[in-house]
Amino acid sequence: MLAFLTRRLVLAVLTVWAVSVLSFAVIQLPPGDYISSYIAQMSASGSFVSAQEAEALRHQYGLDRPLYVQYLRWMEMVVQGKFGMALEWGRPVSEVIGDRLWLTMAVSIAAILLTWVLALPIGIYSAVRQYSFGDYLATLVGFIGLAVPSFMLALVLMYLGFRLFNANVGGLFSDELAQAPWGWAKTWDLLKHLPLPAAILGLGGTAQLIRIMRANLLDELRKPYVVTARARGLAERQVILKYPVRVALNPFASTVGYLLPYVVSGSIIVSLVLGLPTVGPLLLRALVAQDMFLAGTIVLLLGVMTVVGTFLSDLLLMWIDPRIRLEGRR
Amino acid sequence: MWWRFRRHRLAMLGTAVVLLFYGVVLLADFLAYADPVASEAQRSLLPPQRIHWWLNGRWEPHVYGLAGRRDPVTFKRVYTPDPSRKVPVRFVVHGFEYRLFGLIPTDRHLIGVEGARPEDTLFLLGTDEQGRDLWSRLMYGTRTSLTIGLVGVAFSLVLGVLLGGVSGLYGGITDTVIQRVIEIVRSIPTIPLWMGLAAALPNDWTVMQVYFAITVIISLVGWTELARVVRGRFLSLREEDFVTAAELAGSSQMRIIVHHLVPSFLSHIIAATTLAIPAMIISETSLSFLGLGLRPPAISWGVLLQQAQNIQALAISPWLLVSAVPVIIVILALNFMGDGLRDAADPYGQ
Repeated sequence: MLAFLTRRLVLAVLTVWAVSVLSFAVIQLPPGDYISSYIAQMSASGSFVSAQEAEALRHQYGLDRPLYVQYLRWMEMVVQGKFGMALEWGRPVSEVIGDRLWLTMAVSIAAILLTWVLALPIGIYSAVRQYSFGDYLATLVGFIGLAVPSFMLALVLMYLGFRLFNANVGGLFSDELAQAPWGWAKTWDLLKHLPLPAAILGLGGTAQLIRIMRANLLDELRKPYVVTARARGLAERQVILKYPVRVALNPFASTVGYLLPYVVSGSIIVSLVLGLPTVGPLLLRALVAQDMFLAGTIVLLLGVMTVVGTFLSDLLLMWIDPRIRLEGRR
Repeated sequence: MWWRFRRHRLAMLGTAVVLLFYGVVLLADFLAYADPVASEAQRSLLPPQRIHWWLNGRWEPHVYGLAGRRDPVTFKRVYTPDPSRKVPVRFVVHGFEYRLFGLIPTDRHLIGVEGARPEDTLFLLGTDEQGRDLWSRLMYGTRTSLTIGLVGVAFSLVLGVLLGGVSGLYGGITDTVIQRVIEIVRSIPTIPLWMGLAAALPNDWTVMQVYFAITVIISLVGWTELARVVRGRFLSLREEDFVTAAELAGSSQMRIIVHHLVPSFLSHIIAATTLAIPAMIISETSLSFLGLGLRPPAISWGVLLQQAQNIQALAISPWLLVSAVPVIIVILALNFMGDGLRDAADPYGQ
């Protein structure tokens, strides 16, 4: 068990490191640097920055040093919780991001929870009533869920909502509460708005999970112990729910590892369509304006959160499935 | 394998649809009837024109001309079909010049209005904001989006087979390192990362340069799945008796790989590759939709969908959403085809 944990932890740390290098690359890749975009911004607003001043600024920010020194300095800032300045906004990056990061996570987690809640009963139903009408329906919806990219689904739903109900289905808060400080009313408002984006984001994953659940449960149902349980006179409901379903549940925890990155990715683009106040629209604006510190920080934070989430799901998996605990003990 | 595949009816249907779409890729210029970049402000956001096939009981395809007038309330120009003005539609007509398959210069197009006055127009799917014909743009968009899928998969295939093969063949530390790299790549949310990388492409790059850069960026993640499949096959086949037999018969390692291993997992690779194409297409579409992938004047499904981003525009001119239809159809078809191939490739399946 300890070996498994250590292995996972080391992998998580390595991934965080890889993410940090990649985000740094995102910051560094565009031609020019922080100062040249700053100068461009200053001259656009009418002031003039001389070559000496630019040089002095570069020195002050350490931009004249080799790349690895810059990377280490950036990491140092990140560890201290300072992420640099958001150029376009003229405010620290951490302030600009604010609540948005947590809202991104809230949407992603809601999507995964919804995936579970939907996939579990539908998967069980599909397996127990194999080749029934409901099974075919679930398969069909599953295929469509896999094929339609989430942002397209969002677009179509927006259009339908606008056309049929003349209502705006986007956003995470009602208009009057969007600027309000956090409280019960606002939290409740958020919970009311969450299901739609969560459903849009979760559909692809749900489709996949239903198929996995169905296949696993079908395998289990054919095993002799199920027959034994029936022969012993257990109620059908108990026969199915108590043993085979528990064994087939395994993928629910293990898929979080790749479901989470997928959902977080999707949330960025769905947020843009639905106008959700997550980091998605912020990231796009930052990238278009070449506000690379803000963009790099968002990529970094999203990556780190995903890795942490995956690690937590590993813990959950260990708790559900005793076989994995044994694996490490060899 | 072919016989098993034939039995899979959905997969056959999928294959037919995929072939049809790749036919569009080859014949995009022929199927389009208007220059996809020719814009005219006068024709902005025209609704689709329906073809009427019969006139007074005779076969005479025509469309109604569009009459524009200003809405007295909103001051927007609205267009309504004018049944009194009939514009005849002809097939295989002369239009703008192009080279068929990039070789044969011609100006023939499948459909069009021939010898027409400038106000007689044909817009099968309506026009976009700049007055460009959506049908023609969709044809060219199909070409771009589908080839990007193929090129991207080709890149991923090279990377995946190479790394997966090395991983499965040598095992040990090499295998562990490659497997960990795959796990790391897979645990990073891709869209934000792609967005960052794609936004970093210089603005002055040509369409072709951006096209290749985007495919490379997308393949950076796509190879992991293929690498896993290849490695898995290598590992399981390495233990098979026929490999040992070949070894005992004195075949070199290269010979074993090329003559014994590759043919036996080729079908799996083909299936995995087919299943990887839709992911590529979705990735390109998403990136271009955000305005970070291909940029105009390039035309792709994502670029076309960009115009549908605005819900107000969509409410007034819903035909802008039409590019979503081919995306969904192609992805479904490729999935069915890949599923069928995978089932057919598995010698132990029913």
